[in-house]
Formats: sequence, structure tokens, C-alpha cells
Amino acid sequence: MISRRLFCSALAAAGLLGAGLTQAQERFITVSSTTSTEQSGFFGHLLPAFEKAAGIKVRVVALGTGQALDMARRGDADVVFVHDKAAEEKFVAESFGVRRQEVMYNDFVVVGPKADPAKAAGKDILEGLRRIEAAKAPFVSRGDKSGTHAAELRYWKVAGVDLDKARGPWYRDTGSGMGPALNTAASMNAYILADRGTWLAFKNRGNMGIVVEGDTKLFNQYGVILVNPAKHAHVKQADGQKFIDWLVSPEGQKAIAGYKIGGEQLFFPNASR
Amino acid sequence: MTTLGDSFLTAWQLVAAADTQLGSIVWLSLRVSLAATLIACVVGMPVGALLAVGRFPGRRVLIVLFNGLMGLPPVVVGLLVYLLLSRAGPLGQFGLLFSPTAMIIAQAILVTPIVTALTRQVVADEWSEYREQLRSLGASRARAAATLLWDGRFSLTTAGLAGFGRAIAEVGAVMIVGGNIDGVTRVMTTTIALETSKGDLPLALALGFVLIAVVLSINAVAYALRGWAERRWG
Repeated sequence: MISRRLFCSALAAAGLLGAGLTQAQERFITVSSTTSTEQSGFFGHLLPAFEKAAGIKVRVVALGTGQALDMARRGDADVVFVHDKAAEEKFVAESFGVRRQEVMYNDFVVVGPKADPAKAAGKDILEGLRRIEAAKAPFVSRGDKSGTHAAELRYWKVAGVDLDKARGPWYRDTGSGMGPALNTAASMNAYILADRGTWLAFKNRGNMGIVVEGDTKLFNQYGVILVNPAKHAHVKQADGQKFIDWLVSPEGQKAIAGYKIGGEQLFFPNASR
Repeated sequence: MTTLGDSFLTAWQLVAAADTQLGSIVWLSLRVSLAATLIACVVGMPVGALLAVGRFPGRRVLIVLFNGLMGLPPVVVGLLVYLLLSRAGPLGQFGLLFSPTAMIIAQAILVTPIVTALTRQVVADEWSEYREQLRSLGASRARAAATLLWDGRFSLTTAGLAGFGRAIAEVGAVMIVGGNIDGVTRVMTTTIALETSKGDLPLALALGFVLIAVVLSINAVAYALRGWAERRWG
């Protein structure tokens, strides 16, 4: 019967296509991390060094910090590598993570139109934000529960701007990753809080430049956490720990410091051992 | 307009340089979407044919359902498959999340209604034409469905191609269940999304041109094959 044969050969073909995809049983761990580390090209530089040293592939899923932690809570990652200290500590306190270790830092900058219509330029992040709000100059927010979004909300709060009241057409909640939000800001001539790494690697800058930088409050710490095997038994504890140990080792720290764009270093190692 | 020009140039350079990384991304895209389309055809075509010739309660509801599901939002399918395959989900023990298999599952779900609905239409048209003839031969409805499927095989390639087009162009579902992992689950559409995120719009658009070229080639091959098969067996 022709149609049955056709049916079987189609199934077989689908099986073959699928089989080719799953055959490679390589040794790997899954790391949930942030868009800033992926989109700045940092992992493309860092991971080959570890993979060569340890023979373990690292599969990175890049999401906002909130989502990345959530993915780990569900047991879909072995290691989390993110930047929101408060959220990370909560994650460990809920015993989803074993221990939080600091790895490196970079800093946030406020990027905006070079003409600086709100006169926000300077070193003081709080004053800069107040001026943007006072001028009702367009401001793009990540709005995606990422580490950068959490930091932005903290700065507004400390600056004494009540977003619930001040929110208006000038404040644009985009609900998107760092890169897409920068694209939006560039096309709207808006101000935006960004991590320096993504900004340095970002190519569609249009008429934008750094407006506020250098405030110690803009410090942005990255932490790494092994997902608790007691919560999720399948977590690759040994290999995940190897990755963490390597990140905080002198060798890993050196590799982190070695990533530069246009001569500028993106991340600064400061591991707590 | 410089971006558009740049993109064409970049696309051409990428193809001319036979970039191996690009090659493996294109190959993965094709394998995932072809596998998903084949599964969708194996499931959807018989179901579509039975919907066309069958008579059973709930048939109309099913027809409307499949027609409506052609508009399934990829993100929703992605989310659904994610929650199913997640370690905390009912199928978590298989550890399929963030694998090409997960992407095939998501795309197959997305594409099956399209193949089913289009097949039903093709077979229903044939059925109204050959109904009496098949009846007088004493064919059962299942037999009639199989005969009409085989009879309409050339028209049905369009249903398969429509499904494939949907699968290969889709980004929402594969992004969620695949995770866009470099070298493992990164396909054409997720690469384009990533390069857009990096603000490298010319490169993103260039990759878009490459994707369109690939899809056009597949369609050209399918068209040529169909013509050849029709002359030979039609």
C-alpha cells in the first residue's frame, strides 16, 4: 500500500533528521546568565578558555537576571551567573542556590543624546536622573525585571523620584533586553541606563553618547551561584562547581580582565574566594 | 539607505566566504524545520483527509479548531512546550529543554494545524468531485481518504511548504525552548534576533537575506521536483 509506505518513510526521515541532532553526547553544563554578558560578546571570549582547560562545554542561555534566576529555580540550569545582589541573596536564602560568590564587576552608565537637552551630564547619577525627570526628557526603561532594571528602579528611589507619580509619556517602559532597549533609545533620542559592556559593544549608536559615568553608586557586581542539587537532583554539581572554581581562580580572573573592546576593558575581576 | 546596501554586501560576503559557522546555523535551521514539517505532515495529512471525508460528531468543531489554530502564536507554543519540558514540568525527567529536539517538538505543534487545515481543503474539493465514483466502487471512508490523499499528492506539497515556511521563519518558540545557545540551538531566526539586540543591524539584515535565499531555494527545489514527478507519474 503506497500511502503506508510513504507514511513510514516520512517518519523514518523525520527520525533521521532528529537523530543527527541528539547524537552528540558531549559533556556540558547549562548556565543561565544575563543579556549583558552575552550581547557584549564577553562569553564568546571567556568560555573557549574554560572549555579548553576543563573539557566541559558551557551552554549559555541569556535572559534578564530575574528570568535567569527563575529558570534556575525551575531546575533548568546548573549555574547562575547574574548581577542583582539582592535577588541573588534571596535565591540562596530560599535554598535554590548553594552559595553566592562574587566574580567581577563593571559599571552602569547613563547614555543619552549628545546634545543633552536635560542637562544631565556629570558624575552624579541621582542628580542626573532628577534633571531628566524635571525636564520630562524621554527615558527608556528596560522594564523586564533584569538586574539593570532593578538598579534603575533603585536609583530613581534614592534620587527621591516617585515613579508612580512622575510616570508619564516621557518614561517608556519597553520590557526588552539591553540591546533592544538601546535600539529603542537610539531611535527616540532618549536617555537610558545601560551596563558599560553592552554599550561598548553596541553598534547602532546613532546620536548617543555617555552622559553620566563614574559615580561609585553605579558599581555593578556580578555573582555566580551553583544551583542546589538538594532541590534539583539532576544538577551537574561537580562540573558546575568546576566552572565556578575556574571563574574565581587566578586563571579565570585573568581571562575576564583580558576582554577588551577598542582597548577598553569591559569587566573587572574581583573574586571573593 | 546605506544600511540596506551594506546588508546586501555583507550577505553576499557571508555566502561567498562559505562561513562555516553560518553554514552550521543554516543546516541546523533546515534540519529542525524539516523534521518538524515531516512530523506535521505525517500527523496532519491523514487527520485532514479524514476530516474532509469523514462523518462523525464534532467534525465541524474540529474543522473550525484546526483552521483557528493556524494562527497559534509561536510564543505561546514556546511557553507551553517550555513548561512541559522544564525540569519542574511533567516531562522534565527527559532533560529535553534547550535541545534541538525541543525545538522540533515546538515547531511540529505550530505547523500541524496548518498542514491539517490545508490538507482538509484539498481533499474536500476532491471528495466533492469523486464522491459518487468512489462510492460506486464500494470504498470505505478511510479507504477513500487514503486514495484522495494519494491522488492529491501534488497539490498537497503546497500544504507541506506552507508549514515549512511557518516553521523556518518562526522565532518566538525556538527562542524560548532552545535558549539560543551558541553552537547547540542557535538557528537563523534567533541569530538575527541576537544581532539586532547587539545593534548590528546591517549584519542582522544580511542574515535575513541569507534566510530568505535559503527558503526560496527550498521552494524552487520542491517546485522542480513536483514538476518532474508529475511528468513521470502524474
